[in-house]
Amino acid sequence: MMGQEFFVLSFPPLVIGIFASIACALPGNFLILRKQALIGDALSHVVLPGIVVAFVITGAITTWPMMLGALSAAFLAIALIQAVQRIGRIEQGAAMGVVFTTMFALGVLLLEMTDTSKVHLDVEHALYGSLESLIWIDSYGWQSLLSIEDLSYMPVELWRMVGVCSVIVIFVVLFWRPLTLISFDEGFARTQGMRTNVMSTLLIGLSALAAIAAFDAVGSIIVIAMFICPPATARLMTNSLERQVWLSLVIASVSTVIGYYLAAYGPLVVGFEESLSAAGMIATVSGVFLALAALFGSHRKSNS
Amino acid sequence: MLWQSLTLQLGYNATLVSFGVTLLGIAAGLAGTYLYLRKNSLVSDAISHATLPGLVIAFLVMVAFGGDGRLLVGLLTGATLSAALGLYCVSLLTRKTRLSQDAAIGAVLSTFFSFGVVLLTFIQALPIGHQAGLQNFLLGSTAGMLWNDAMVITGLALAVTLVLIVFRRPMRLVAFDASYAQALGYRVGAIDAVILGVTLTVTVIGMSVVGLILIVALLIIPTVAARFWSEKSDVIFTLSGIFGGASGYIGAALSGFAPNLPAGPIIVLVAFVIFVISFLLAPERGVLAATLRFWSFQTRVHLTQGLLALAQDRPIYEPKTRRLLQRSGYIRADGVATDDGREQAFKTLQNERRWSFWKQHLEGDVLSADTSMVHSLIDIESRLTADQIAEIDNALLNEATS
Repeated sequence: MMGQEFFVLSFPPLVIGIFASIACALPGNFLILRKQALIGDALSHVVLPGIVVAFVITGAITTWPMMLGALSAAFLAIALIQAVQRIGRIEQGAAMGVVFTTMFALGVLLLEMTDTSKVHLDVEHALYGSLESLIWIDSYGWQSLLSIEDLSYMPVELWRMVGVCSVIVIFVVLFWRPLTLISFDEGFARTQGMRTNVMSTLLIGLSALAAIAAFDAVGSIIVIAMFICPPATARLMTNSLERQVWLSLVIASVSTVIGYYLAAYGPLVVGFEESLSAAGMIATVSGVFLALAALFGSHRKSNS
Repeated sequence: MLWQSLTLQLGYNATLVSFGVTLLGIAAGLAGTYLYLRKNSLVSDAISHATLPGLVIAFLVMVAFGGDGRLLVGLLTGATLSAALGLYCVSLLTRKTRLSQDAAIGAVLSTFFSFGVVLLTFIQALPIGHQAGLQNFLLGSTAGMLWNDAMVITGLALAVTLVLIVFRRPMRLVAFDASYAQALGYRVGAIDAVILGVTLTVTVIGMSVVGLILIVALLIIPTVAARFWSEKSDVIFTLSGIFGGASGYIGAALSGFAPNLPAGPIIVLVAFVIFVISFLLAPERGVLAATLRFWSFQTRVHLTQGLLALAQDRPIYEPKTRRLLQRSGYIRADGVATDDGREQAFKTLQNERRWSFWKQHLEGDVLSADTSMVHSLIDIESRLTADQIAEIDNALLNEATS
C-alpha cells in the first residue's frame, strides 16, 4: 500500500484532503465561538451560482474565472445578508436563510437553462467533489517527491490548496490576538479601540476563500463539515483556545485519512467491489468524532 | 399558455400538482412563522439535510424485502425518521454540551447529509442499478409526479395546514413566551413537539417537490417577507401562509409553462420576489418608507431651524435650509422673510419658548413616547391642553415683565 500505487492513487487525494480540511477547520474555530458557524454552510451554497455565472460568461470550465465568480458570489451573499439583517432588522439566521437559498435556487435554474452537456458541471459534482479523480500519474514512489519534474505533474488543485492554506495559517498566526478578542468578547475588543468590523470581515473573507478553494478540490460537503465538526469536537475537549485550534487541526487531518481509507478500502473488506464517496465518508468520520466528544469530552459543559 | 397554466386549465394531473404545491406553500409559510418567532429558522436546514440517510436506507430496506424501492410513502417514512433523529441530535448537542445552536445545526446537517451521500454511492454501485431517481430528492421534481404521489403530497399538506390553523393560538403562545404559556397551564413540551412535528412533515413532503435543499427557503422566506408588513403575530401568520401559497401557486404555474425547468428553484425565486417587494415597499419597516421618513424628518429639522433663525434675525448659511424655506414660500430669493414666513417664524419661536419653559419647570410624562425627539419639532398644542398652555404663557409673561 505504500509503494508506487500509493503515490499515484492515494497520495494526491490524501494531501489535498488534509490541506482542504485544515484550511476550513482553522477559521472554523473562530466562527463557532462567534456563533457564525453556519456562514460556512451559506458560503458553500452560494458558490454554485458564482461558478455557473462564470461558466455562462466564459463558456468554459476554466479555473480562475470560476474561482473569481465564486468569490464574487460569496461577497455578494455576505453583503446581502448584512443588508437584510441591518436594514430590514431581521435576525441573522433568517437573513442567511433568505439569501443563500435564493442564490442556490438561482444557480440551479441557471445551470438547467445552460447547455452543460459537454462539460462536467452539475449539482451533484458540486456537492460531492471528485477527490478520487485527483491522481499523480507520473509518480514512481518516494523519490518522486524530490524530483521537480515529477512534482510538476501533481494535480494543480494541490498547489492551489497549499497556497490558500498557507495564506490562512499566516493570517491566523499574525492576527492571533485580535482574532481571540473578537471571538470571545467583541464589545471589549471595541472598547480597546480595535476595529472589530474590519477583523470580522477579514475572517469571513478568508473563510470564503477556504470554502471556494476546498469546494473546487473536494466538494462542498467536506467544506461544511470541516468548518464545524473538528473545531466543535476540540471545543468539547479543552478550555484553551490554542489547544482547541491544534486539536481541531489534528482531528481534521485524522478524519481525512480515516475517511479516505474507509471509503476506498472499507467496501473491499466486506467483499464489495466499488468504492464509496470519499468526501462523504471523510465528513461522516468528522461527525462521528464530534459525537464521541459530545459523549465523553472532558469539557462538555460550559463550566467544567 | 401561461394564462391557462395560472387558471388551472392544463389538465387533471397538472391541476392536482398545482393544488398540492399551493397547499405545501401555505403549510410551509404557516409553520415557518413559529420557527421565526423562536429564532429557530435554520433548524429547518438541519431537518432537511438530515432526511437523506433515511431516504436511502428506506430505499435499501424496501429493495431488500423485494419491493420496488420507489414507493413514496416508504421513502417519506424513512426520511421522517432520520430527520427526527437529526432534530433530536441538534437538541441534545444544544442542551447537553456547551456548543451553541448554530454549531449543533451545522454539525448535524453536514454529518447526516454526508452519510446520506456515502449511502447513495453505495446504491449506485449495487446491481439493482435504477436507483429510483433518489437524486430527484436533492432538487425535487413536479414534472414526472405520479398521480398517487401527488395525492399523498396534497393530502399531507392539507392535514398539516389544518393542524396549523386549529392549534395556532397555543402554538403562538409557546413560540412567543414559553414560560408564560406554562403559567397559563398549557403543556409546553407537547405543543413544542407539535410545532417540530409539523415542520418535519412540511420538510419531508416539500422535499419531493422542491428538493431537500430548497424546502428551507419555503420555511423561511414567506415569513421574513410577512414580517415586514406587521408587528402583530397573527397578521404575520396569515400573511406568511398567503405568501407561501402564492409562491407555490405562481411557481407551479410558471414551471408548467416551462416544463424543462425544475419547479423548486422557480417557486423559491417567486417567494424571493415577494420578499423583495415587501423589503422595499412595506409601510413602516420597508426601505422606501424608512427613506421617506428620514427625508421628511430632515426637512422638518431644516425648516424649524431656519424659521427659528428668521424669528431671531440670525443669518441662515446652510444652503439646503434656504432652499427649503424658499420652496415653502417663507423667504424670498434674496433671503428676506415673506409675511407668511414671519408669521410661521413667530409661531415656531413661540412653540420653542413654551417647550423650553415646560422642560425647565413642569416636565411631566406627557411626552413619554417622543422623549428622543427634539421637542421643538412637535407642535405643543397637539400635546398639551389649552389650560396648560395658558398657564405656560402666563408664566412666560410674568418672567418677561419681572
